[in-house]
Amino acid sequence: MPLVTIEEVQRVARLARLTLTAHEAEAMTEHVTKILTYVDTLNAVPTDTVEPITHAVSGPMPLRTDAVTNVPDPTLLRTAPATEATFFQVPKIIE
Amino acid sequence: MDLFRLTIHDATNLLRQHTIRAQDLTQAVLARIRATDPAVRAYLTVCADDAIAQAALADQHLQTPESAPPLCGIPIAVKDVILTKGIRSTAGSKILADFVPPYDATVIQRLKAAGAVIIGKVNCDEFAMGSSNENSAFFPTRNPWNLAQVPGGSSGGSAAAVAADQAPAALGTDTGGSIRLPAAFCGVTGMKPTYGRVSRYGVVAYASSLDQVGPVTKDVRDCALLLQTIAGHDPRDSTSVNLPVPDYTATLTQGVTGLRIGVPKEYFVEGMQPEVESAVRASLAELTALGAQAVPIALPHTAYAVATYYIIATAEASSNLARYDGVRYGHRAAHSDGLTAMYEQTRAEGFGPEVKRRILLGTYVLSAGYYDAYYLKAQKVRTLIRQDFLQALQDCDVIATPVAPTTAFALGDKTTDPLTMYLSDIFTIAANLAGLPGIAVPCGFDTQGLPISLQLLGKPFDEATLLRAAYSHEQHTTWHTRRPSL
Amino acid sequence: MEYEAVIGLEVHAQLLTRSKIFCGCATSFGAPPNHNTCPVCMGMPGVLPVLNQCVVEFAMRAAVATRCQIAPYSRWARKNYFYPDLPKGYQISMYELPIAQHGHIDVTIGDQHKRIGLTRIHMEEDAGKSIHDPHSEASLVDLNRAGVPLLEIVSEPDMRSPEEAGAYLRSLRTILQYVEVCDGNMEEGSLRCDANVSIRPRGSRPFGTKVEIKNMNSFRAVEKAIHYEIRRQQETLASGGTIVQETRLWDADREVTRSMRSKEHAHDYRYFPDPDLLPLVISEDWIRQVSTSLPELPIARRDRFVRDYGLPAYDAEVLTARKDVAEYYEAAVRAYPAAPKAMSNWVMDSVLRLIKDEKLDAALTITTWPCPPEHLGALVRMIQDGTISGKIAKSIFAQMCASGKAPGVIMTEQELVQVSDTNALLTLIDHVLAAAPDKVAEYRAGREKLMGFFVGQVMKASQGKANPQLLHMLLQQRLAVDDHTE
Repeated sequence: MPLVTIEEVQRVARLARLTLTAHEAEAMTEHVTKILTYVDTLNAVPTDTVEPITHAVSGPMPLRTDAVTNVPDPTLLRTAPATEATFFQVPKIIE
Repeated sequence: MDLFRLTIHDATNLLRQHTIRAQDLTQAVLARIRATDPAVRAYLTVCADDAIAQAALADQHLQTPESAPPLCGIPIAVKDVILTKGIRSTAGSKILADFVPPYDATVIQRLKAAGAVIIGKVNCDEFAMGSSNENSAFFPTRNPWNLAQVPGGSSGGSAAAVAADQAPAALGTDTGGSIRLPAAFCGVTGMKPTYGRVSRYGVVAYASSLDQVGPVTKDVRDCALLLQTIAGHDPRDSTSVNLPVPDYTATLTQGVTGLRIGVPKEYFVEGMQPEVESAVRASLAELTALGAQAVPIALPHTAYAVATYYIIATAEASSNLARYDGVRYGHRAAHSDGLTAMYEQTRAEGFGPEVKRRILLGTYVLSAGYYDAYYLKAQKVRTLIRQDFLQALQDCDVIATPVAPTTAFALGDKTTDPLTMYLSDIFTIAANLAGLPGIAVPCGFDTQGLPISLQLLGKPFDEATLLRAAYSHEQHTTWHTRRPSL
Repeated sequence: MEYEAVIGLEVHAQLLTRSKIFCGCATSFGAPPNHNTCPVCMGMPGVLPVLNQCVVEFAMRAAVATRCQIAPYSRWARKNYFYPDLPKGYQISMYELPIAQHGHIDVTIGDQHKRIGLTRIHMEEDAGKSIHDPHSEASLVDLNRAGVPLLEIVSEPDMRSPEEAGAYLRSLRTILQYVEVCDGNMEEGSLRCDANVSIRPRGSRPFGTKVEIKNMNSFRAVEKAIHYEIRRQQETLASGGTIVQETRLWDADREVTRSMRSKEHAHDYRYFPDPDLLPLVISEDWIRQVSTSLPELPIARRDRFVRDYGLPAYDAEVLTARKDVAEYYEAAVRAYPAAPKAMSNWVMDSVLRLIKDEKLDAALTITTWPCPPEHLGALVRMIQDGTISGKIAKSIFAQMCASGKAPGVIMTEQELVQVSDTNALLTLIDHVLAAAPDKVAEYRAGREKLMGFFVGQVMKASQGKANPQLLHMLLQQRLAVDDHTE
């Protein structure tokens, strides 16, 4: 039975760049605990000699020829919330 | 004749015989949407002007029907996780509420090359995460058979639109059952192709190793036609498989004589709605009467499929959704104090609770100390689930199961407990984990008048057999001809 | 307490491919911001990566050249973190299964030889660049560099001094240049280096706490930073403190390492195999193909110079330490093959002297030479066949560098042809001897030092063009005769 605390949920939220209100954090902790308890049922399955699936298809890795096939497209910047000349502009990165 | 009731294949015949015009068909569908969508709420964006223009172009091509492309003039609705150039594509989320993609998904390029008319973008659970369409950030779609019930999800808009005759057909996506479940709840046909059969390029990624685009249609022939158009290798998708696409309609009518149908005991469990079970068993009886052979099989790891899915899908999703950070597109929170605050506020404002929940779960199961116990473990159990199927499919050609334990439930019924909602996927999820193709076809109604469907699962890249079996079943019943009264 | 330093280097090398690692955008430097971008490298919704074959080839070249074992099966992994120059919110890299491991580089420090182990090599995509906006409190992001292919090369912690680290880095750079996968330019960022530095009591086995040093932008900076850090750690321990495991930045202005001010969130990268890419399978055949088509490696070239050109080991070492220098030398020898040692002298003593030390050391590729190698070849030919004297050649060389003209042209313009005509010389000699009869007598009486005077006089009379060897011989002849006749 995993012990998932609110602090742990807040820590994971920070990793995922999500802010949770106190209320959300509480609800989330309850749900996450419940779901993780459920998925713990997998522990009953013996898998010591089983290889994990890492890819859903098999076959040779498709490879591309090394050639410039893209043409610069200024319309790509149209979706940006904020730009300065042709840069994306973001709030200051606080180092 | 109500043009909006037509299937793809009937409409195609009439168009090519010049009995009807593409523009009239499109106008009829648009009128139907206007009349019924205030109640059904399947559409997020209706592309009226573009569609009429495309239909006019189609009419020109249809002047020489021999050279007109296969879906010429046919209106298709598109799930809003599939990107359409110049047309708002939201993935059902506020974080992309105003996102206008600069490019088309490969499947859209193929639809356009086939002459189809993109009639509009339909609603879905946010980022395809959900089983009832109640997680759409905008509004829930209703089940056309009973507007108080859910249409299923996450491709709820696709299924509802087709069931309500708001489009001859639609494209959906299926990661854990998201085409098959809503198709079943709405009494239409829906197929998830084998993983790798259809390109994922231009489809908003939820769980990369599970997602597939598939057709939602009024009947099996239409399903074959639409699959034919979208299937095939795409060099822009490294997971799309380079195998030739067979002619899916060529073998449709070959019947089911000698077809071995595996019936897994694990899929007929306690707690299922009794009418669902009896309808599915009745369909099996019909198929055996037509010459098929029922074979009992075992899929021993079935009980672990949902747990396995919710580790792998959420892990992949947590990574796939990291790009929604307000920097290059989509919603950005106003007035943030520095970059980290901007990220956190943007994502807090832009994502709904279910999406947040899955991101948190996924981040957790990948994080240091938990990777082996959760993610790695789940991928191992996934191997066992896949092995179950491949083993069983040595003794049978297709596997028959119900699609869901119940018919469509009421809006709000399962929203308080996420786990209860997750368990709606219990019969559909394993096919995604194993990468196998699956189709849902109508096979009855319950006493409330809600549709029940049969699911058939097949061997990898053997959609042709699934379609053939589904077609036989369909042609000997009339479930697929029934329409809700709207 | 005597401490020894333990140093490991992590190098990132930008590969010289035409296009990016996962999309067809150009990798060219200097384009306007966000010019070399597309939906894929911008991390738009729905995009997918497709691997550039050349990246794999280049990685294999580097692996073979550093004697690594190439893995038959290697895997892409996602490294998840948030930063505005990382569009997808994850970097596609390699984690548990890199493409190559267990190699080494043999380096020379002074007259010591040492083998430095290479732990692993893998491929990954570069991030974009972010800069501070001069007009506001914002930061600006340019994604031109996002998706440029990188090799990450990790050394074993085998280095024990800043000089060893410098030697390793220079050798690695040379190798990468020789196999033509990277231009090795630290100033421009095509070669980047981070150092891991720890100290431990001399003779003890366990490692001390290691500190990561970043932001070193030249070979000298790497050596200085490591030197400083070793001292800092020694001083810390000597005064009873403990070393904190952290990342420190090299401050080139103050010449110190300083702690990064930000409170670093614990880096939990949540690595997992990237589901959008298939495993990389490399056959023995492919490895063989790459090995046999590899450009000549530095040590092989050095040995060839000794063998084929008869150069002393020292010359060969200097000339092959840099690929551009080696190629210059060989181009000059091709222009005039008969005197490779003389050519070597000219390259080392004259040509390289004119290239600023920083440029030679700084991992820039020399793009402007003092003179083209063909001109140098022609110059040496003119000396060897007696057309000009060595002294004249030096003057011509200076003018070649100043004007860019070919030596033959300069020689003709200034009538610098060496006078090797015996009669002409004899005329000059007789003239000089006639003008100084007393000195002639003194010489004949035994004052042999006066030869220098006569040589000087004839040289002056010939404006320096007299062939010195011939002149000497003729003077001796003339002066030996007791009484000469006109």
